[in-house]
Amino acid sequence: MILKYLRGVATLKLDSAKCIGCGLCLNVCPHAVFKLESRKAAITDADLCMECGACALNCPTAAISVKKGVGCAQAVRMGFLKGTEPDCGCGDDSSCC
Amino acid sequence: MSQNVQKIIMLPGRKSAQPAPPERISSEYTATDRLAAWKARWGIARMSYRVKPGLYALGSPSASSPVFAGANYTLSFNALRTNLKGLSAWLLVLDTKGINVWCAAGKGTFGTMELTRSIRQTGLEQLVSHKTIILPQLGAPGVSAHQVKAYTGFSVSYGPVRAKDLQEFLRLGGKATPEMRKVRFNFTDRIILAPVQLVYYAKYLLPAALLLYLAGLKNDAALTVGALLAGSVIVPALLPWLPGRSFAVKGAAAGLAAVAALSPLLPFGPYQLAARALVYAAAASFIGLDFTGASTYTSLSGVKKEMRLATPAQALAFLAGLVLLGARRFL
Repeated sequence: MILKYLRGVATLKLDSAKCIGCGLCLNVCPHAVFKLESRKAAITDADLCMECGACALNCPTAAISVKKGVGCAQAVRMGFLKGTEPDCGCGDDSSCC
Repeated sequence: MSQNVQKIIMLPGRKSAQPAPPERISSEYTATDRLAAWKARWGIARMSYRVKPGLYALGSPSASSPVFAGANYTLSFNALRTNLKGLSAWLLVLDTKGINVWCAAGKGTFGTMELTRSIRQTGLEQLVSHKTIILPQLGAPGVSAHQVKAYTGFSVSYGPVRAKDLQEFLRLGGKATPEMRKVRFNFTDRIILAPVQLVYYAKYLLPAALLLYLAGLKNDAALTVGALLAGSVIVPALLPWLPGRSFAVKGAAAGLAAVAALSPLLPFGPYQLAARALVYAAAASFIGLDFTGASTYTSLSGVKKEMRLATPAQALAFLAGLVLLGARRFL
């Protein structure tokens, strides 16, 4: 059973023109968002993307962009209260992670 | 620290130093390791489960033995070493402040800079004759393989998501199957995360339930505990079957189900019950939404969107329920 999160929210973008088809994004993606199609990476279903940022960071030609972040309500709340970016505070014994 | 892994300490200025002859070891998972895992899951002195960062020798590694990088969270380290049973390897433990690989990668502590620092500081280059380092796939959100290559000369090979697939990964010549690359979130994965959530909210809701009980509101004490269990246990357990994609909606549904399940035992009419359903569904929804942090597939964009809608709705339902209950008292 595949669990999917909200529709049409992921910030994942792929610039095919820059892609060299190395396939590293297929290796690092934990949700099989990418496939190789005629020697280029392609997005299978962007709704599967959790915005972990692994693909963008490991793309040698910067063909992928995504607004990386933690999909954690507690982190968003903390960030909102402290006026910072969402931070899961996993370092201080919180319940997340 | 398990005694069956030998720590190699490289002294500064002794760049050509050879590692001491490694002792022969096993990769046993002991009763102590089991207890440590259990305590960590229940949040008992969780942050003390750290392994000293550095390079470790598993078995009798040689210059051609594989190198595996990992986090210095005890559960991560134990998963790595126990799944390499029968192998000789070098384990490079990064300083992730006692956080597991995936969360640390998200924060960048399991990252390009820490990996680079660790490779340099341990003198790994002098110990092995090859230039490959195997990382857990879930370290990838913090590590840029091409940058590590540029900084250290080492090629990063992303291994499988789960350490238990490592031996198969090696057998396939350093290749992971599509199945090995996928993060799962099955019943067991979810339910082992429930205690952390339960303990966190029990700190607030059990004293609240006790106060309600002492104030003579026994039914509300029971419903408070019901909402706590709905949000922190039913949501993880029944996640795929609760309605909607939104965790707030799933939490609210679990809360309503808990109120409905308790209703035959409660001496309330429809009005009283409806008002309480609003209050306790809102509470369960709030707790359920927090499970996004433990889930393996929610995105920040999604959580933000969900919170913009759910937070006011939860507050409104909670207050409306209280107002309805209060109004009844004066009618």
